[in-house]
Amino acid sequence: MATIREKLVLVGNGMAGIGTIEQILKLGGAYDITVIGSEPHPNYNRIMLSYVLEGSKTIDDIILNDWNWYEDNNITLHTGTTVTRIDEGSKQVITDNGMAVSYDKVIIATGSNSFILPVPGSEKEGVVGFRDISDCDAMLEAAKQYNKAAVIGGGLLGLEAAKGLVNLGMDVTVVHLMEDLMERQLDRNASSMLQAELERQGVKFAMGKQTVELTGEQRVNGLRFSDDSTLAADFVVMAVGIKPNVTLAKESGITVNRGIVVDDYLQTSMQNVYSIGECAEHRGVCYGLVAPLFEQGMVLAKHLCGSDTKPYEGSVVSTKLKISGVDVFSAGEFMDSPEHTVISSKDEWKKTYKKILLKNNVIVGAVLFGDVTESANLQKLVKQGAVMTDEIYSEVMGTGCCGGGAKKGTSVEAMADEEIVCGCNGVTKKAIIDAVTENGFTTVDEIKACTGATRSCGGCKPVVEQILQFVLGDSFQQGAKQGICSCTTLSRDEIVAEITAKGLKTTKEVMNVLEWKQEEGCSKCRPAINYYLGMMNPDTHQDEKESRFVNERMGANIQKDGTYTVIPRMYGGVTTPEDLKKIADVSLKYDVKVVKVTGGQRLDLIGVKKEDLPKVWEELDMPSGYGYAKSLRTVKTCVGSQFCRFGTQDSLGMGALLERKYERLDFPAKFKMAVNGCPRNCAESCTKDIGIVGNDGGWEVFIGGNGGIKPRIADAFCKVKTDEELIEVCSAVMQYYRETGNYLERTSEWVERMGLEQIQMVILNNEENRKELAARIDFALTQVTDPWKKILNDNSTRTALFEDARV
Amino acid sequence: MKMTTQTYAIGSVQDFLMQIGRVVVAGNVELAVFRTSDGRIYALENRSPHPKGGPLAEGIVSGHFLYDPLYDWKIDLRTGEVQAPDQGSVVTYPVTLDGENVTVSV
Ligand SMILES: Cc1cc2nc3c(=O)[nH]c(=O)nc-3n(C[C@H](O)[C@H](O)[C@H](O)COP(=O)(O)OP(=O)(O)OC[C@H]3O[C@@H](n4cnc5c(N)ncnc54)[C@H](O)[C@@H]3O)c2cc1C
Ligand code: SF4
Ligand code: FES
Repeated sequence: MATIREKLVLVGNGMAGIGTIEQILKLGGAYDITVIGSEPHPNYNRIMLSYVLEGSKTIDDIILNDWNWYEDNNITLHTGTTVTRIDEGSKQVITDNGMAVSYDKVIIATGSNSFILPVPGSEKEGVVGFRDISDCDAMLEAAKQYNKAAVIGGGLLGLEAAKGLVNLGMDVTVVHLMEDLMERQLDRNASSMLQAELERQGVKFAMGKQTVELTGEQRVNGLRFSDDSTLAADFVVMAVGIKPNVTLAKESGITVNRGIVVDDYLQTSMQNVYSIGECAEHRGVCYGLVAPLFEQGMVLAKHLCGSDTKPYEGSVVSTKLKISGVDVFSAGEFMDSPEHTVISSKDEWKKTYKKILLKNNVIVGAVLFGDVTESANLQKLVKQGAVMTDEIYSEVMGTGCCGGGAKKGTSVEAMADEEIVCGCNGVTKKAIIDAVTENGFTTVDEIKACTGATRSCGGCKPVVEQILQFVLGDSFQQGAKQGICSCTTLSRDEIVAEITAKGLKTTKEVMNVLEWKQEEGCSKCRPAINYYLGMMNPDTHQDEKESRFVNERMGANIQKDGTYTVIPRMYGGVTTPEDLKKIADVSLKYDVKVVKVTGGQRLDLIGVKKEDLPKVWEELDMPSGYGYAKSLRTVKTCVGSQFCRFGTQDSLGMGALLERKYERLDFPAKFKMAVNGCPRNCAESCTKDIGIVGNDGGWEVFIGGNGGIKPRIADAFCKVKTDEELIEVCSAVMQYYRETGNYLERTSEWVERMGLEQIQMVILNNEENRKELAARIDFALTQVTDPWKKILNDNSTRTALFEDARV
Repeated sequence: MKMTTQTYAIGSVQDFLMQIGRVVVAGNVELAVFRTSDGRIYALENRSPHPKGGPLAEGIVSGHFLYDPLYDWKIDLRTGEVQAPDQGSVVTYPVTLDGENVTVSV
């Protein structure tokens, strides 16, 4: 028997509206749902437009609910359609293309529009806001044709737009009215540190400038400021603010202030019409961030489904800038005034800044720059309006020596069930607790798979962990014991110990004997175990191709289109005219798309077809450069004493020697070295796993540097006098890392985990130990072979791996 | 619209390494063919359901699952279904084993 459901119409297919619908569906709300949106796209994650612009995500990646989702949930969707009026009398929603949709309930979630400065010229071609996919497309397009861009507005959006345009190769100046960037979220200290960092990343600034005109004919060609100075720009992004989109509400006779006025249940002045998100004004506040709109959506969904709910009483907002390498965070009140007590610490060397504001000893706001590890915690404390105690103080500010010792683990008990833990995905504390209690989940990974929390920016992970701990109590340790992957609860050390104790020989045996949950393991544990087995038994272990990641199996780097990159070895970054010629000939013959000089001083042949790989290697007739491997990549060198007027040591010779000696051996992760002829350090040894600097009397060794995801400056390890000592120390460090490193753990993390002193003690204070380590690596090195040669000599593997069958 | 199915002989079992995929072009369809450790053979369209696409044949095989080589999505070789938290599916094609001979219907 068909029941008649009430008709719910959502106006605005954006984050707030669809977030609410998702909640309603979860609560089993019995509505016939129609969604009407102006944009031609299904619901997407607007926040991530910044990543699309920056190039790390595509539009497809940011779709939240694709077309099928609407269909699967029986939702009628009209895209590219704008609602012009809500007719209260006939209870119909009227659209620009002449539809009239009857409703019982309406949600207005029309978001906001970019605020376009009302200055002459703002209508010119080449002037856009930063709001939706079409703006983003316009920027991507402009970057292809034009060079000079100006971004008006030094707030969150403006800075993200500017960084995106810089990444797209444009020359970008941010024009800001104030003297401080993000002045609505940051104080002067944090903002000047932010500006310095962005300048380092290539963004230019024109501060304290008021734009009075955009010049140019049809298309914009520059900006004129109130002080009569000018700036050339053939593309302008306006990011000076947003304006709640209230046109529809106004036209329909709904009470509007700055936004659409709503009560604590998100009800507007019109019966049966609700509003949430950026277009709504609640207790005088319009929010421009997602966390509040999820909180509103939760209340509204429950209200519409007839379940009991607390009223919405407003949100505490916090901000995070989504630019890589720039960590800033602020929550609550951030500008000190006489009524505040201010706790702050600024470290110009580490480039970090931390400030906490108290009012009558209650934590009301915080600003972090450079190190935002405490952000989740502080956000929570601000939300709770926690009273500052000695305990909290030492936790968030760190105590004792080294300023460290910040201890994790304040209880999340006080947090309301409805509170959003994961802002990116709108997941509440309750949803996480339910996932734990109903499904028996015990790990962050499981919570992620089930609720989506921690899936996007990861900023909420610490809080999710705390909730897990809170719910599971003592069983947390037990239950949440993190194995190396979800197939096991065993740690790396336990697995290695079992391999030795039980004499296990193959990954299969390991997984069998140690009772893996997924019988044949996964893409995380299989390569790891294969590595551990090889490291422990270099002479007897049969390398398992099927447990190798594609790059290592194929001996080349896979690219997103399925072609490969080939890097021949160039010891110490040195090549010969003959080799260069050969590389050029092969590149031409096999139609290589790009020949690129890599960061490690060698040549990348990009875009080789899989079936051509063996031929390319054969004709190059050079050793593999292991550009793909968890192994020694390159030894970067400077010119050194052979040619450089400053050089005191032969860095070229030493670099080539080290690269020859250690090539081909497996490591827990990729491994890079550098050798410099003198302390001028032209080969940048401070960002290498092992960096070597020559001086008058010998060499200085640095370890644990990294220039990648988590940049880290290498630690000074020791000084040696002779080449022999240098090699012995390098061998010992490398072998110690091979034997104790977690698979995929770079030395930068390894050094921090083990402690520099520990490594020094093992290698420097104990000669016998050092010699044994060096002997073990030498033995392992006798077992290695060049993978390219090996494949060329093995016809059947070559055919099966590289050649497509055609039938 | 596909009207007819054609059956192709794509070689002997030995042509497929255990747990290592192989690309087979059958007619105008590019397949990724896998031999799992229990001796079964599966054929999928060689195209990742990830929005950025890319091949599947080079992934890591575990049981009846494949971890795709570019994005590490976990895909059921039997049904082509992508496992949560990711979503999507890959077209699968029926494979017949007749002694050593492998045929696939496309
Ligand atoms: C580049 C960018 C980066 C951001 N980064 C962050 C961040 O890091 N953190 C954060 O918290 N927030 C961020 N935000 C803000 C966040 O995206 C918004 O707060 C959120 O999307 C607002 O949701 P909404 O549903 O209210 O509006 P929207 O998501 O804008 O949805 C409104 C929809 O309604 C449609 N519409 C309007 N009028 C009508 C009509 N009359 N008829 C039919 N449809 C209509 C619009 O076309 C639009 O699709 C960012 C925003 C942008 C643009
Ligand atoms: S590090 Fe010293 S020796 Fe090497 S190139 Fe630079 S100045 Fe010359
Ligand atoms: S807050 Fe970004 S993933 Fe949870």
